[in-house]
This record gives sequence, structure tokens and C-alpha cells, in this order.
Amino acid sequence: MAQGTLIEGIREAMAEEMERDDRVWVLGEDVGRKGGVFLATEGLHARFGGDRVLDTPLAESAIVGVAIGSALNGLLPVAEIQFADFIHPAFDQIVSEAARIRYRSNGEFGCPIVIRAPYGGGVHGGLYHSQSVEAFYSHVPGLKVVIPSTPEDAKGLLKAAIRDPDPVLLFEHKKCYRLIKGELPGSDHLTPIGPAAVRQEGDKITCVAWGLMVHYCLEAATTVAEEGISVEVIDLRTLSPLDKKTILRSVEKTARAMVVHEDNLTGGFGAEIAAIIAGEGFEFLDAPVVRVAGPDVPAMPFNKPQEDAFMPNPTRIAQAMRDLAAY
Amino acid sequence: MSDERDGRTATSPAPSHVQLGLGREQLLTMYRQMVLARAIDRRMWVLNRQGKAPFVISGQGHEAAQVGAAHALEPGKDWLCPYYRDLAFCLALGMTPLDFLLSVYARAADPNSGGRQMPSHFGLKRARIITTSSVVATQVVHAAGLAYASKVRGLGEVAVACLGEGSTSEGDWHEALNFAGVHQLPMICIVQDNDYAISVPHRLQMSVESVASRAVGYGMPGLPVDGGDLLAMYSAMRQAVERARSGEGPTLIDAKVARFTSHSSDDDQRRYRPQEELEAMLRKDPIERFRIYLQRHSLLSDPEDESIQREATAQVDEAVQQAEAAPSPDVADLARHVFAEEG
Ligand SMILES: Cc1ncc(C[n+]2csc(CCOP(=O)(O)OP(=O)(O)O)c2C)c(N)n1
Ligand SMILES: [Mg+2]
Repeated sequence: MAQGTLIEGIREAMAEEMERDDRVWVLGEDVGRKGGVFLATEGLHARFGGDRVLDTPLAESAIVGVAIGSALNGLLPVAEIQFADFIHPAFDQIVSEAARIRYRSNGEFGCPIVIRAPYGGGVHGGLYHSQSVEAFYSHVPGLKVVIPSTPEDAKGLLKAAIRDPDPVLLFEHKKCYRLIKGELPGSDHLTPIGPAAVRQEGDKITCVAWGLMVHYCLEAATTVAEEGISVEVIDLRTLSPLDKKTILRSVEKTARAMVVHEDNLTGGFGAEIAAIIAGEGFEFLDAPVVRVAGPDVPAMPFNKPQEDAFMPNPTRIAQAMRDLAAY
Repeated sequence: MSDERDGRTATSPAPSHVQLGLGREQLLTMYRQMVLARAIDRRMWVLNRQGKAPFVISGQGHEAAQVGAAHALEPGKDWLCPYYRDLAFCLALGMTPLDFLLSVYARAADPNSGGRQMPSHFGLKRARIITTSSVVATQVVHAAGLAYASKVRGLGEVAVACLGEGSTSEGDWHEALNFAGVHQLPMICIVQDNDYAISVPHRLQMSVESVASRAVGYGMPGLPVDGGDLLAMYSAMRQAVERARSGEGPTLIDAKVARFTSHSSDDDQRRYRPQEELEAMLRKDPIERFRIYLQRHSLLSDPEDESIQREATAQVDEAVQQAEAAPSPDVADLARHVFAEEG
């Protein structure tokens, strides 16, 4: 298999699916000649033309709403929201419209759209280029929410999302774009939406994460392994619909669980996972479920000391692992 | 019909049916559709008082604008992103009284939503009427997307979005028209301006008399139309459809209409509209105006009119009976259609 970065996986997925099916098209701000602010769509405009790789007006609700309308008329849109921080103006089109079209029409109409957005902090992005927004959308039945952490899954999940008959949001951690390298599978490979991946087996602690935090948890797990603490790291990959089985099976083995996310603590997706483990895996547990998350402040500051203090990091995660193991 | 034009906006007099090339059969079909829509609408209020229809929202007073517009379209080919007052529009595109009554009773067989949505949240796949939410103006953006697909796929289909004048204050309306203008899409936006958004009058929604004057900012023509005049509406809409089909781009139509009823069954417009205003409005019934036009041109006799009225009542009676007898949705289906079902 070829090697590549996570963003190359994203780009290849779009190129291959556009090649394979001429209903697939890409729209968003600066996705055309520039190839997107992160270059995720680089080369697509030259290859597929302006109708299929469209620079939209600067209007997020229109990006999603037009994607929905085009899907209702036979196209398969891949909408890029330039930063997850700017998805909020489209919240209504995503939540009231995309998520509910199938349900409210009793299955008569479907909404096969994909929305991609770079998310996450630790890149000196300040309040409005660092946000994690997965909790808002994972709350909404009718949406699928996926967050790849490897190039292979970025490619495989995006291809699966494009072929999915329902709306899928794909959040890509911008720090992972070029940092994370790995194998890039061939054009036939799809990563199914739904199943989580056990990235490292262990028997003392179950550690659940997604996106960049998977890599930080693996780093922390390596550190504490030298101290005799064996951690099983689960990469959720799909937040909704959630793979509860993989989480609960692991907790049954380890009896200790933690969730790590970058989004702030309160009402974060970790709360849902903690509730599921408490509700459905109570008998397995030897310790309370631990959450490591961003602090409950409105957003991530730009200055380095405060940004560092916001982001969970391998050191903090390793300490939480030690504390949990010692409980 | 120009002599009875609504005084609010200067519009050009409507061409006659002869100038428009409309034959008697089609004129009578238009008339029948309006009469049927009115009969259904009135019955809904009766059902509401009987405790059988928990929620009613009406299109009374909007019928001529809707039926006139619908007849300029090709049903089954062109798309409608409707709003909740579009009963007459939907009937003219092929929705049956039973299709609609099933939604009033929230029955399982309701093709709009399987009884999931409030009535008048239209959606009918076979007639290319797109499912709508309650969130005003969201559907205009969908029309832009439908039209974009039509354009790039070379389908020749026109996408129409309807909404009220108050709803044009929403950002989605602007985003949709701007997108349609930039790409010169085969899209038509019909604003049904009934002067009120629930209780808030036109002048508190916009600083212009006609929303059509905003069209210039989107690079498209804006046509103010007396929406109480079926032929005026048909004529404007035909121009817009021709433009759209020949690749000349979108059109914004401002149809001045009247809201005969309160906003919905949960509202009482006597609380915020003066009595004289209500009385004056009710004297300008668009269906009545069209009937007079037909009679003046000897296209409709009194006995024919009576039989059309009777027929409509009979159709409504039958649909009400069938809908009332139809089963409610099964509780076990609550969780269905969240996502596509396998197979
Ligand atoms: C986004 C949104 N805000 C508020 C409402 C509540 N609401 C429903 S209809 C309506 C008035 C709409 O007035 P207008 O657009 O003029 O249409 P009309 O009902 O007069 O035909 C309001 C405020 C809504 N449905 N959606
Ligand atoms: Mg109004």
C-alpha cells in the first residue's frame, strides 16, 4: 500500500469517487482553483471542472442548503465548511433539514449529502479556528458523525460517506492533516461507518477517544505501559451511530474506563459514553468513569500558555491513566 | 381583470385569456382547482371546531396566485419547494384531496409525512413537491440546489420556491437568491405577500413596498403581480418559466395576496387587524373575481358553476370520510426512517 498523510487520504477519496460516479460534486468556499484553505481539494478543479468543484458564495447555510437541494435532484454533494467553527450558520440546514428529511417524509425523500469540516485546536487558531463541534451533531438522530484519525480511515470513511444514502458529517482534525502519516488503501477500500477500532489492546484500562486525541492516548499508553499499566485504546471513528458493543466488551475486560476529548467537558460527547458505560456496564466497573476534556470556557485562547492549558495532552492523559489504575 | 386590481402595488394589467392562449377547458380546470382548494380549506376549519383537526393553517385568499403559477409549470417535471399555504398549488400539481385530508387526520397513509408532520407541511414525491419543515425560508435554498442540479445535468427542470413576505427577512432567503443569481439558475421564487407575518405587518419586515424591488440586487428580474388575479399571475409565471427554461436565469415574483383567515387555528387576527381592513379584504375574493371573469366572457354558466361547487363538496365529503376511517400510524413505526432501510 502507498503511504500518505491524512489530508491526502481525504483528497484521494474525493478524486476517486468523482472519477467513479459523475453525480459526485464538491462545493464550498475556496475549494476551486485554490484547492481549499488546507488544500484538501487541490487538483480537483483542474481535473473535474468548475461545475463539479464549485467556489460558492461565502454563505454556509447556502452551502448546506444547496447541497441538500442538489441531492434531492440526483447529485451527491460533498460540501466543505472551511472551518468547523463556521458551521454554526448552517446548523439549521443540517439539523432541521438534512437530518429530518427522511424522517419527516416517512422515508419518501432521502438526503445523501456529505459535509466535511476541519476541526480541533493546538494550531494557534484562537477561539474561532480551534473548535470541536461533534457533540452538537452527535446529539441529532438522522445524522452520521465520523472522525477519522488515520489516513486509511480518512480515505475509507469519506468514500463510505459519499456512498451512504444519508447525511454524514466528517470532521477532520487539522493538526492531523499533515502530522499523521500511514498507509493509503487502494480505490476499492471502504471503512464502514459505525464500527470502532481497537488501536492498542490492553487489560487494565479502556481509553476511548477520536481524532487527534487517539494519537495522544496512544502516546500516553506507551508511557504508562513502561510502568506496568496496560491500556486498551479505542478509536471510535464513528460517533453516531455509536459502536457501544466494542466499548462495553473492552470495559468488561478492563473494569476501568476513561474518555478523552478536546471539546470542553460539560455536555461533551464523553458524557454520553460515560453514561452508557455506567448504565450498561455498571457491573463490570471497579472505578468511576473518568473524563479528560477541555475546560469549560467558551473557546480556546490564541496565546500559547492558555492554548496548551486547554488542550488535553499526552502528559495529562498519562497522569489520568495512573490515577485511574491506582483507584 | 385589471379593473379590480389590488391597489397596493402598481402592476401592469393582465392579458386576457385569449392573449394568453388559454382555452375554456384549462380555464375551468383552474377554476375547479381553486374551488376545490377553498372547499377543503373551509372544511378543515369545521373539522377543527369539531375537535377532529388539531391544527389548521390556511391558504384562503392565496388560491389565484397559486393556481395561476402552477399552470405555467410542467407537473411531474418541475419542482416545488412549497410553504404551508400552498394547498391550491399542490392540488394543481397533482395532490388529491385524500392525500391532503390524510395529513389533516395524521393518518399512516398520509403521503406527505405518514402523519408525522402538522398538516400543510406538504411533500409528494410523485408530483415533485419537496418535503418541507416548519422553519421558514429554508426551502428556498433547496430550490437553488435543485435548480443547480437541473442546470449542470442539463435537465431543463425549473425549481420553484414559495414563501411569505415576512419570511424574506430570513438570511436563507438572501443566501438562496444570491446563489441563484450568481449561477443564473432555472429557479423562481414566489413571495406570497399577504401583508402580515402572523401579526407583524409588511412595513415592519421591509422598507420597500414590493419585495420585487430587491431583485436587482440579485441580478434577476423582479415582477410585482396582483396575486388576486389568476391570469396576471399565470402570465408573470409563464415569463419566468420561459426565462428559466431557456437558460436566462431566475426570477423573483411578488404576488400580492390576502390572508382571509387568521394566521392559523391558534391565532385570532381580530386582535391586531382593524375590522374595516378585514371587511375590505374579504370583498376581494380571488375566486369570486375569476368566476366573474369567466361569466363575463360567457365561459361559465350559473348551472355549470353550481355543479362545480357541488362536485367540490362531494369530493371533500368523500375524502373526509376515507381519511377519517383510515388507520393512525403504528407506534412501532416511531423509530422508522431515521436512516435508509436495508434492502
Ligand atoms: C425560522 C422561523 N421563525 C419563526 C417561525 C414561526 N412562524 C411561522 S409562520 C410565521 C409568519 C410567517 O409570515 P409570512 O412569511 O409573511 O408568511 P404568511 O404566514 O403570512 O403566509 C412565523 C413567525 C417559523 N416557522 N420559522
Ligand atoms: Mg405574510
